[in-house]
Amino acid sequence: MDRVDFKKLSSFQIDAVKEVGNIGAGNAATALSKLMKKKISMYVPNVRIMEFKDISNMLENAEKPVVGILIKILGDLPGYILFILEYETADLFLRNLSENNSIQMGVSENRFMFSEFDLSALKEVGNILAGSYLAALSLLTGLNIYTSVPGIAIDMAGSILSFPAIELSKICNNVLYIETGFYEGTNKIKGDLILIPALEAYEVLLKALGAGIE
Amino acid sequence: MSIINVGMAELHALNHPGVLVTLGLGSCVGIALYDRKSRVIGLAHIMLPSSTNIKKNDNEAKFADTAIVELLNSMYKLGAYKGNITAKLAGGAQMFSFNNSSDIMKIGERNVIATKEKLKELGITIMAEDTGENFGRTIEFYSEDGSLRIKRLGHDTRII
Repeated sequence: MDRVDFKKLSSFQIDAVKEVGNIGAGNAATALSKLMKKKISMYVPNVRIMEFKDISNMLENAEKPVVGILIKILGDLPGYILFILEYETADLFLRNLSENNSIQMGVSENRFMFSEFDLSALKEVGNILAGSYLAALSLLTGLNIYTSVPGIAIDMAGSILSFPAIELSKICNNVLYIETGFYEGTNKIKGDLILIPALEAYEVLLKALGAGIE
Repeated sequence: MSIINVGMAELHALNHPGVLVTLGLGSCVGIALYDRKSRVIGLAHIMLPSSTNIKKNDNEAKFADTAIVELLNSMYKLGAYKGNITAKLAGGAQMFSFNNSSDIMKIGERNVIATKEKLKELGITIMAEDTGENFGRTIEFYSEDGSLRIKRLGHDTRII
């Protein structure tokens, strides 16, 4: 797929890609609102075309501790979807989810210790978000999209953000991350949903959106 | 004193006094080379094991095999001598664990192996390493004494 160079995408094509973020993340924000019983809002998506050296710092600080949930996208639109949560947000999610249950989830005292149960619940949140993001995308494009089981890491933002770029680095010198931030008005919910299509996905995606590459 | 940040797929060499830094190293490997006489230091932040069979291989700093050669050349230009150069390694973590461990999931481990093979081929001794595991690292490499300070989230800071 040498025909796709991210730096050569037209503004029309970038707008089309941004719309993908808008529709996908919008649907995911709705799903998250229902799950958390709180109104979760989202920012306008950013289409970030970056060189590798700039990836680590794309979200404020490369060393910031975050929870990252990574899901591999399979089918017509291969790539990754990465869900990044600030540590406090993840803890809040867990408390919220376990509110009416006998099991208590989330631990704030020992900063980096989530239980296996917590991790599994967070993965499931990631699963639901990725599922709703991609369902909207599938509906929009008519493409057949399915996902892998999620993987989770609690670590520095830079280490987590760099991982999906490695696969892309075999075929290009820059990457395109479609990043959508979300937040909740009063509380401290803050996170990012990032769609990272593989290079071979672009031709398919842009064609399905009617913004094909000639 | 110069402090230079070395991002993914980048490499830098500098004369004493200076510090080379990489923030949030995950599955990538930081290759730190030190000339104990001239105190020239070099750091490469590689993403992939090998440049062979790769379509986009024009950036030498991206691959273990080509990055080490390129980094040595940059160090020689600053007055380093091969016989005095030793190496330290950090990174190569497995950041995510999936049930099906495909090729790309083990990329950290493969990066470390390829780095060691290339260093051995070139006759450069590895003095110390902090590699593998499942956590990210921030590294600071000092020309003062060739020490490599490794910060790890939720784990002790190590100096090798």
